[in-house]
Amino acid sequence: MNEKKFMNPYLAGFFLGLILLATIYITGRGLGASGAVKSVYTAVVESVFPGYTSNALYYQEYGKEHPGNPLKNWLVFEVIGVVIGAFISGLISNRLKFKLEYSPKSTLKVRVTGALIGGLLFGFGAQLGRGCTSGAALSGMAVLSTGGLITMAAIFGGAYLFAYFFRKMWI
Amino acid sequence: MGPLVPEVIGNELNFIVAIFIGIAFGFILEQAGFSTSKKLVGLFYGYDFTVLRVFFTAGVTAMIGVIAFDHWGLLDMSLVYVNPTFLWSAIVGGLIMGLGFVIGGFCPGTSICAAAIGKIDAMIFIAGSFIGVLIFAEGYPLFEHLYMSESWGNVKVFESLGMSQSLFAFLLTIIAVGAFWVTTFVEKKVNGIINPELNHKKLYYSLTAIAVVIAISAFALPDRKENLLKNVNDEKYVASNEVKLMTSDELAFRIIDDDKNIQIFDLRLKKDFDSLSLPKSNNYTLESLFEKDANKFLSLKNKKNIFIADDEQTARKGAVLAMKLGFTDIYVLKGGMEEFKRDILYFRLISEGTTQSEKDTFRFRTKASKVLPELIQKNKEKQKSGGDNKPKRVVGGC
Repeated sequence: MNEKKFMNPYLAGFFLGLILLATIYITGRGLGASGAVKSVYTAVVESVFPGYTSNALYYQEYGKEHPGNPLKNWLVFEVIGVVIGAFISGLISNRLKFKLEYSPKSTLKVRVTGALIGGLLFGFGAQLGRGCTSGAALSGMAVLSTGGLITMAAIFGGAYLFAYFFRKMWI
Repeated sequence: MGPLVPEVIGNELNFIVAIFIGIAFGFILEQAGFSTSKKLVGLFYGYDFTVLRVFFTAGVTAMIGVIAFDHWGLLDMSLVYVNPTFLWSAIVGGLIMGLGFVIGGFCPGTSICAAAIGKIDAMIFIAGSFIGVLIFAEGYPLFEHLYMSESWGNVKVFESLGMSQSLFAFLLTIIAVGAFWVTTFVEKKVNGIINPELNHKKLYYSLTAIAVVIAISAFALPDRKENLLKNVNDEKYVASNEVKLMTSDELAFRIIDDDKNIQIFDLRLKKDFDSLSLPKSNNYTLESLFEKDANKFLSLKNKKNIFIADDEQTARKGAVLAMKLGFTDIYVLKGGMEEFKRDILYFRLISEGTTQSEKDTFRFRTKASKVLPELIQKNKEKQKSGGDNKPKRVVGGC
């Protein structure tokens, strides 16, 4: 069976907007993704190096903002849902497959290195910028947060700014 | 009135809700094609503008929805998380994320979505993002200054730009719709890509028209809150609405009698409320009557809602406002707190009067002036130990 076509982007956007609206109406907060990485990371550090987290400044500040077990966090549960939802979508559209995608003009090595470094930069940037494309840019736009919209402009502006230098990886 | 957490949906149930919201979120991202890096970076090389279309449509839909919910009094925006603004970390963090986007081909949400359907590059991206968080966490003292500098608080973008919310929402919608047309043109003419599902010209002309109409209607709907506040600040308007009055004696009697069916909305200044507040009373301002906390109490059934202020006129403003917001059983303290203090709390009268009713009043007021201050003192101690239990803004963000 062939892969099914993607959903019409405007329709998908409309649904995504409704999901975000429902999230804000129900919970008073927006969607997110990178926060879950932070919570999982903190939980791992806490269990591997107990005691360490109470000394380092970053973990102290984290603990102040999120008391209790770092895994008992709204975004961690939401991301578990994302994995399930994406899997169901892949299943019904015949897109479940282990695959490492890269441009025919690029190489496997370049793609692997790029994904790792790109992830590193995004993970770091999302901490510094207090949220990623979902938590800061999209959710920030829904509630018209100045910071969220600045972050959005910087993410997409930055991507256009640097795109030229990495064009050989993609086109 | 939203947000439904924590009153309607408890904090534990909220985690279950999170899973279901996540499922819907992940499903739509994958259906939109966000599980492939080639489609995502297409935005930056001009060959595929799916990301822009999905992202902007979602953002504008949610934004208009939030504004409408706020307008209709369905959502208390004072409790909704608004991402705080720290200027430099937002800019520098955003630029680093942009760089990560073109190098890695994903963003955190899409990488999780892609990994869920088996994309190995996405799994590597996630591994990378853990290293990124590690570097930030371990090097935090180095970045703290940048992270904390230029803190503007939870500001809204239209305030920062000095325009009205309606105007900003209108402009953003127009920009989004304009971007949809331009990028479709770019795809077609510059790259020769024709997206078959985007070929129904008539449909898109009508969708554009609908979007423009919705955007313009933002102006047609005057701000309900501002309008109501303007109205109740007009004496003539307040006078044209009939309100039920409650005398100082009746209020004092109900408080001493420990009447469970009254609740008092005290509109005096915070400092006056803190130094002397009646039992069963909470402090509000005209603005905070729109919020969820006031809403919760005012919508309770079989309660007499008594508005008090230093003077009767201010209390009438609050009462009329509450009535216009659709609440019933509204009363105003006759003569205001000034009269209440004079006739009850600090009641000093030598003569007990001549008629029977004057004598009764005298006896009641003499008794009340002893009992009430004690009740007020007790209530103050109770409040101190109970603490502040007004609902707080949700902590969100990433």
